[in-house]
Amino acid sequence: MHGKRGRILPYALTLLLSLALASAGAAADKVIKIGAVYPLTGNIASTGLDCLHGAELAVDIINGKYPDLNLPLAKTAGLPNLGGAKLKLVVADTKGEPRNGQAEAERLVTEEKVVGMIGAYQSAVTKTASQATERLKIPYVCSDSSSPTLTERGLKYFFRVSPHDAGFARDQLQFLKDLEKAKGVKIGTIAVLYENTEFGSNVGKQVLMLAPEYGFKVVADISYTANATDVTSEVGRLIKANPDVLMHASYITDAILFTKTFKEMGFNPKGILTFAGYIEPGYLPAVKADGNDIIVRSTFALDLAKSKPLVAKVNALFKKKYGIDMSENAARSFAAPFVIADAINRARTTEAEAVVKALLATNIPGSEMIYPWKGIQFDPKSHQNIHARGILVQIQNQNYVTVWPFDSAAAKVIWPFPAWKTRK
Amino acid sequence: MTGQLLAQLMNGLLIGCMYSLIAIGLTMIWGVMNIINFAHADFLMIGMFISFWLYTLYGVDPIFSIPVCGAVLFLLGWLIYRYLVSKVMTGPGLAQLVVTFGISIFIANAAVFLWSPDFRMIEKPLLAGTWNFGTVQLSIPKAIASLGSVAVSVALFLFLRKTKTGKAILAVEMNRSSALLMGINTERVNALSFAIGSSLVGIAGAFLSMYYYIYPQVGGTFGLISFCIVALGGFGSIEGAFLAGILIGVVQTLGGYFFDPAYKYAIVFAMYLVTVWIRPQGLMG
Repeated sequence: MHGKRGRILPYALTLLLSLALASAGAAADKVIKIGAVYPLTGNIASTGLDCLHGAELAVDIINGKYPDLNLPLAKTAGLPNLGGAKLKLVVADTKGEPRNGQAEAERLVTEEKVVGMIGAYQSAVTKTASQATERLKIPYVCSDSSSPTLTERGLKYFFRVSPHDAGFARDQLQFLKDLEKAKGVKIGTIAVLYENTEFGSNVGKQVLMLAPEYGFKVVADISYTANATDVTSEVGRLIKANPDVLMHASYITDAILFTKTFKEMGFNPKGILTFAGYIEPGYLPAVKADGNDIIVRSTFALDLAKSKPLVAKVNALFKKKYGIDMSENAARSFAAPFVIADAINRARTTEAEAVVKALLATNIPGSEMIYPWKGIQFDPKSHQNIHARGILVQIQNQNYVTVWPFDSAAAKVIWPFPAWKTRK
Repeated sequence: MTGQLLAQLMNGLLIGCMYSLIAIGLTMIWGVMNIINFAHADFLMIGMFISFWLYTLYGVDPIFSIPVCGAVLFLLGWLIYRYLVSKVMTGPGLAQLVVTFGISIFIANAAVFLWSPDFRMIEKPLLAGTWNFGTVQLSIPKAIASLGSVAVSVALFLFLRKTKTGKAILAVEMNRSSALLMGINTERVNALSFAIGSSLVGIAGAFLSMYYYIYPQVGGTFGLISFCIVALGGFGSIEGAFLAGILIGVVQTLGGYFFDPAYKYAIVFAMYLVTVWIRPQGLMG
């Protein structure tokens, strides 16, 4: 007996040791694949690329060691609870089409074996892509789509970090109220103009619903087909309605065309309040000074660095890598990888049910992010971040500056919108 | 009210003239060769980018890059016909369809690769600003571009009717085998038509670049509308495409203004469907 045990022991020990070594090796090499669906070709390819850059920088920060950055998982290399496992983005191109969003999300899960999903910027695409991941039971963390309906579907695997358009619409109407009080002006009528896909039509719906609550009258309700060749009929209707304020939800192509057409046809409301397209990085280089004085909803502005030094540090990294300042889109897409990595790290596994549980328990403090929010915590039912809120920025001298809420404003709002004839 | 109506009508005419010039090139290629050039919208984009780069790199105003765009696209059209399209002309119909489709995808992606998907705009063209006629305000670059489009269309019309080469093109368009029997070099006519069709859309691109934003996928909607114009005007009919372009511009603008902008393209396509239902050969086919 004794002799036999003596012979087995070294074998057993060797086996154990080799197993331990093997698993340690596996953990160190382990890669956690996260799918990223963005429009990388097609009409808004420039925006999709910008979003992807934001997400890529986030992954770099998670995987590397950044001791001076107060961001989740920045100080350690990889995910410490999973033996330093690294995140890897598997990127797919949606071409801006909902059907591709769904097909690519399915492909990423079934063929690339991703364990989480981020993207897709356009709400209509996020909608179909997240339907696919819901069916395949893969967690989806979205920080760049703003249609309110996305978190009203009761999906189990879908979470949203960034604010949605119902909140943004409220922000803009509240801004008008605050402005009436602060400047002693009277704003009576609003025109709402929106592109007719998921994103725009929901903004339109929200504004139509909320405006009376704030005491404004909607005098024009105009939806239009995105990527128009010509928008004179839309602007003609606006001129006829003659509103005090225009609220416009648009992607970049139409934002450029409308700005040009406003100028050309002399459409002069007291204020132009906008969503999305007007803050994309391609907008200002295309319209230059014609974009001045337009107000856009945002979750981020570089001037937040005044109260948040972290913003400047992250922007410096972004600029070093991509050669341009971080835009609002890049900043929004920057959030999702941290949230998903943080949840996987706490769950200590990539198994979907455990990750969803961890996501529900997410509690990232405001100090660990580049946005002006109290933090990230998801509503247990809708899975919307309850602390997400927007700011308003105005284009002044071809720069985006925070003008609202008034207490965190970097500059005074220019109001009313100067008539086109008086502008250079 | 009447002021706005007049403004809408004028703007409809202006965008319509632009559509016409884009569609004439397409219909010409169709009429002579019976092939659909799916890369047509991408040629438009190339024209716009040539104009943009001449402006940005050498400070050449778009109004002066018009002949350059026309010439470069003429050459490009010739080469593409000579080395790609002519190879499949005798092949099955599907191959002819696929070859221009492939060219389109190649050009669009090459443009993204070379010039990035960013949006560009020619900042300060010589022609800028608006003309004020009472309540009607007309954009000067749009007006000039549209007048230019009409001029180019008329020039093409005269070229086809008055010159020997033009008549040869028309002859091939009417009956290829008879033209061949009469001693017309149909292969040369094919190449010439493809080159002229491309050149026209290049010129349209130069005009458009005076006021429209420029990026690799800019041709998309214009391309779709020009297919519709070609069918509406009657496949291969240059006069038909000219009239249908203007008609579509006006219908789109007035329909959007009076009915609902969300449906302005739907109105255009509905009109097209009704027309081909009543007159399958198109307006002048």
